Amino acid sequence: MVVAGAGLGGLRAAEQLRAQGFTGEITVVGDEPYPPYNRPPLSKEALLSSGDAVRAAELAASLAFRPRAAAGDVRWRLGRTVVAADLTARSITLDDGEVLGWGALVVATGLRPRRLPQTAPARGRHTIRTAADAAGLRHEVRPGVRVVVVGGGFVGCEAAATLAALGCAVSVVEPLPVPMVRGVGHRVGAALLEHHRAAGVQFVTGTGVSRLIGGRPGHPDADRVRGVVLDDGRTLDADLVVESVGSQATVEWLDGNGLDLTDGVVCDNHLRVEGRADVVAVGDVARFPNPRFDSVPRRVEHWCIPGETARRAAGTLIAHLNGTALPDASFAPLPSFWSDQFGLRLQSFGAPGLADRVEVLEGELGQLPAGVAVGCHRGGEVVGVILINIPPARHPGYRSLLSSAATPAAQLL
Amino acid sequence: MKVIVDLELCQDHGQCVIAAPEVFRMDENSKLVYDADPDESMRRYVEDAVDVCPLQAITIED
Ligand SMILES: Cc1cc2nc3c(=O)[nH]c(=O)nc-3n(C[C@H](O)[C@H](O)[C@H](O)COP(=O)(O)OP(=O)(O)OC[C@H]3O[C@@H](n4cnc5c(N)ncnc54)[C@H](O)[C@@H]3O)c2cc1C
Ligand code: SF4
Repeated sequence: MVVAGAGLGGLRAAEQLRAQGFTGEITVVGDEPYPPYNRPPLSKEALLSSGDAVRAAELAASLAFRPRAAAGDVRWRLGRTVVAADLTARSITLDDGEVLGWGALVVATGLRPRRLPQTAPARGRHTIRTAADAAGLRHEVRPGVRVVVVGGGFVGCEAAATLAALGCAVSVVEPLPVPMVRGVGHRVGAALLEHHRAAGVQFVTGTGVSRLIGGRPGHPDADRVRGVVLDDGRTLDADLVVESVGSQATVEWLDGNGLDLTDGVVCDNHLRVEGRADVVAVGDVARFPNPRFDSVPRRVEHWCIPGETARRAAGTLIAHLNGTALPDASFAPLPSFWSDQFGLRLQSFGAPGLADRVEVLEGELGQLPAGVAVGCHRGGEVVGVILINIPPARHPGYRSLLSSAATPAAQLL
Repeated sequence: MKVIVDLELCQDHGQCVIAAPEVFRMDENSKLVYDADPDESMRRYVEDAVDVCPLQAITIED
């Protein structure tokens, strides 16, 4: 059994294979030199609390997951990249030329951040996905440093809030009219925008970044970023640029096997990769249909998904290896997501991004810190709820709006 | 089995409550309360709770 990718999904897949009775050899290959660690703190508390001399290894160690005891005999090949897979020969090739054969393969290679297309200037530009990224960014952060965050999604907005708390002068550039639209929709996004502005983060919305400006040619700092030019011609000065312009699934190592890799790896509801009984995908890279919403396969970039998909996928592989039937029950995980920004704890359940209309169920959007609950509707269905600063004791009540999918929220309250 | 939650780390996400409602609960003030010595039959659910805690604040000490 080989698992490609040593993040949360890879770890949970190995653990679940053991928990569900697989006794054969398991090898997990990961290109980062560290055992699996928790990523969400990298844009939040870990970025905030680590000093500017923090090393990536320390950061990864402080955020490391404690694997289940049953996974103690898993073989870890860390610091090694899978460069190719041959699904016909049932093998993968590592960057040092080693070929590993497998009876079953778990695809768990996650995402990597997209970059702005311009390659120069190269210095002063950062992304946040790995411990090494976060440490590299933290090294350059000092109070008073001017930071332009390109892209106002969740990671960008969290980074903006954290960098502002570290004393930086932060501007976020977002081409859409409000940040985090994909996750929370326009009305909640607009309320979050006001909250960020009131906390001192500058937002430039409705325009993108057309170009990065470097230092004076010939100058020692020629290759260091000095500012950005916006699509509308304005310029913003910057000592640092954080590129949070979305991510792309890490799938190039699967090229040449005739798979649809346009956006992650397409799977069925058992997490089997198109037409294969012996290859499954888990975590951010897996594009699977969730019958809770519809039959469209989608990737879900939420922390809860690696664990849920790993459990399902491990069962699928074990049934295949034992020649037993797959479970009849469909896999319909309830996506849940949280985000921390300037003292706001945002918690979403379901898929607010699918909604065509939102309804405030409690509180006022202008008063986020006091607590707001929002129902997200698609036609007559509740497809998501967004809770901001709502005490967790009351989450179950809101979450239950989603289990009876076809009932409008107002009738349930 | 013995369950320990590092309450310094815990941010009251409540994910553990979803995974193992018989062991973890939110009190009226939305603070986590839990059974530190649950029955062995709860192990599966407590293991799930350990997995889903975003702060990795829960440990099982046999
Ligand atoms: C900064 C940040 C903040 C986040 N905040 C939140 C949050 O608040 N709430 C939330 O719900 N979610 C959050 N997330 C999302 C969550 O962390 C992810 O959903 C989760 O990490 C996905 O796990 P994964 O195992 O699928 O992928 P990953 O964690 O990306 O793991 C994949 C691993 O495979 C490795 N790999 C890739 N290609 C190869 C190869 N060819 N060979 C070998 N190894 C390879 C990668 O380097 C990586 O180590 C956040 C993510 C980030 C980056
Ligand atoms: S899931 Fe973790 S952080 Fe959340 S309440 Fe439980 S122990 Fe605390």
